[in-house]
Amino acid sequence: MSMNGNGAVNGQGGATPKISLQGVKKAFGPKVVLDGIDLDIARGESVVIIGGSGTGKSVLLKCILGILEPDAGTIRIDGEDTTHARGREREAMMRKFGMLFQGAALFDSLPVWENVAFGLIQGQQLGRREAKERAVATLGAVGLNPEVADLFPAELSGGMQKRVGLARAIATRPEVIFFDEPTTGLDPIMADVINDLIVKCVRDLGATAVSITHDMASARKIADRVAMLYKGRLIWVGPVSEIDRSDNPYVEQFINGRAEGPIQMQIRAF
Amino acid sequence: MIGFVNGIGRTTLAFMEATGKLAMFTALALSHCLRPPFYLRHIGRQMVDIGYYSLPVVGLTAVFTGMVLALQSYSGFARFNAESAIATVVVLSITRELGPVLAGLMVAGRIGAAMAAELGTMRVTEQVDALTTLSTNPFKYLIAPRLIAGTTMLPLLVLVADIIGVFGGYLVSVYRLGFNASTYINNTWQYLEFMDVVSGLVKAACFGFVIALMGCYHGYNSKGGAQGVGAATTNAVVSASILILVLNYLLTGIFFS
Repeated sequence: MSMNGNGAVNGQGGATPKISLQGVKKAFGPKVVLDGIDLDIARGESVVIIGGSGTGKSVLLKCILGILEPDAGTIRIDGEDTTHARGREREAMMRKFGMLFQGAALFDSLPVWENVAFGLIQGQQLGRREAKERAVATLGAVGLNPEVADLFPAELSGGMQKRVGLARAIATRPEVIFFDEPTTGLDPIMADVINDLIVKCVRDLGATAVSITHDMASARKIADRVAMLYKGRLIWVGPVSEIDRSDNPYVEQFINGRAEGPIQMQIRAF
Repeated sequence: MIGFVNGIGRTTLAFMEATGKLAMFTALALSHCLRPPFYLRHIGRQMVDIGYYSLPVVGLTAVFTGMVLALQSYSGFARFNAESAIATVVVLSITRELGPVLAGLMVAGRIGAAMAAELGTMRVTEQVDALTTLSTNPFKYLIAPRLIAGTTMLPLLVLVADIIGVFGGYLVSVYRLGFNASTYINNTWQYLEFMDVVSGLVKAACFGFVIALMGCYHGYNSKGGAQGVGAATTNAVVSASILILVLNYLLTGIFFS
């Protein structure tokens, strides 16, 4: 399933890429996690980065987001170099982003609606009443009743928390949405529900999506393009339709989930 | 021999690195305390948590300290007929030393630990990163309100503790040791100077800052799940307590040299 073909917003090819990575490197002490990543992501495109645990997927995402600073290379958002952006410049950049965290990362001291409205109240200085209305509407878009709005995150199941996390990520109508293992820890049915919601929300917003996952069912569903990360490098990048014909032994081992093959398991997290 | 020297070098470097990290953290946190936007709602919530909810524990500590002080100084001073000095000893010890230090240590245990645990959990569950992605600076949203609340509320707490502590001494002196109530109160006021109370309050403000700083620093930088949060909590309480005692000596030296 492709999320492309969404009219004028999708300017794949030609124009400046929405996100452009060139030679991005990141090491923690002696351990090299990212070893020269080059990747262009077009406006409105959905790219899924796959790879085993501990291959640096999360680090790559955090570098693009600016939570981690790469040691070398450049990251451009809309053609602007944001690799070392700080202060207001970074905050302005962050307003273009939304992110769904692996464990949802909801603020447990705030009720659900304030979680969803957080970016509206803090980032866009919206009044609390208006922000709550928007939050309830956004909760509706991810299939949650208005009654959920006044509950606290700890009262929700894992799948519900993921939905609230998704609502929080899209509430500010961001241009780029990041998904960090959106289906990890969910049962297959709830995982599919979340995948459908991701496809729907990204399409409705006309946003660019960057996801990391090791769930191939999820990747096939939400990706236009798949990039495989192994030992700090992207060893294969191509349209999701071609992933079964990659002729790359690493990709084949990964997508078929085989224990034997060229990929060695990482012991340390990173 | 080389291993020994290596060890010294490594420890020194680690110490310097930790000091530098803490200094940068402090500078950044302070700069965010002074620049808008201010999260008044959060500052208020922290003030209630630190000031109001610490009252019982600080009050109890103060009243028993005052009572013990009166008893102890009586048993000492009675040996050379200096019982009349008890009121002065109680009020000076409480306002200058025991009020701020004991309140500081109790609040370090109560609040420093809570801050480290809360921020640590937020860190390991990626809530701190989530704040950043929602274009909110964690220093401004999480750390500045705690520092401001700690620094402003501890002097108020200590002021209350001073009064309760002196009252504890009064209770024991009048109802157990048979002192005349008005004479005791007179003696309490007679030698008390403005500076005695003020120095205690300034100390309290410094302790409040240190408690919040240590709680935030260790919580914010915690890593590695439940164990990391536990370690951060321990480190926050231990480092705040030690810093309180060291600072107390240094400040006393400055005030009364």
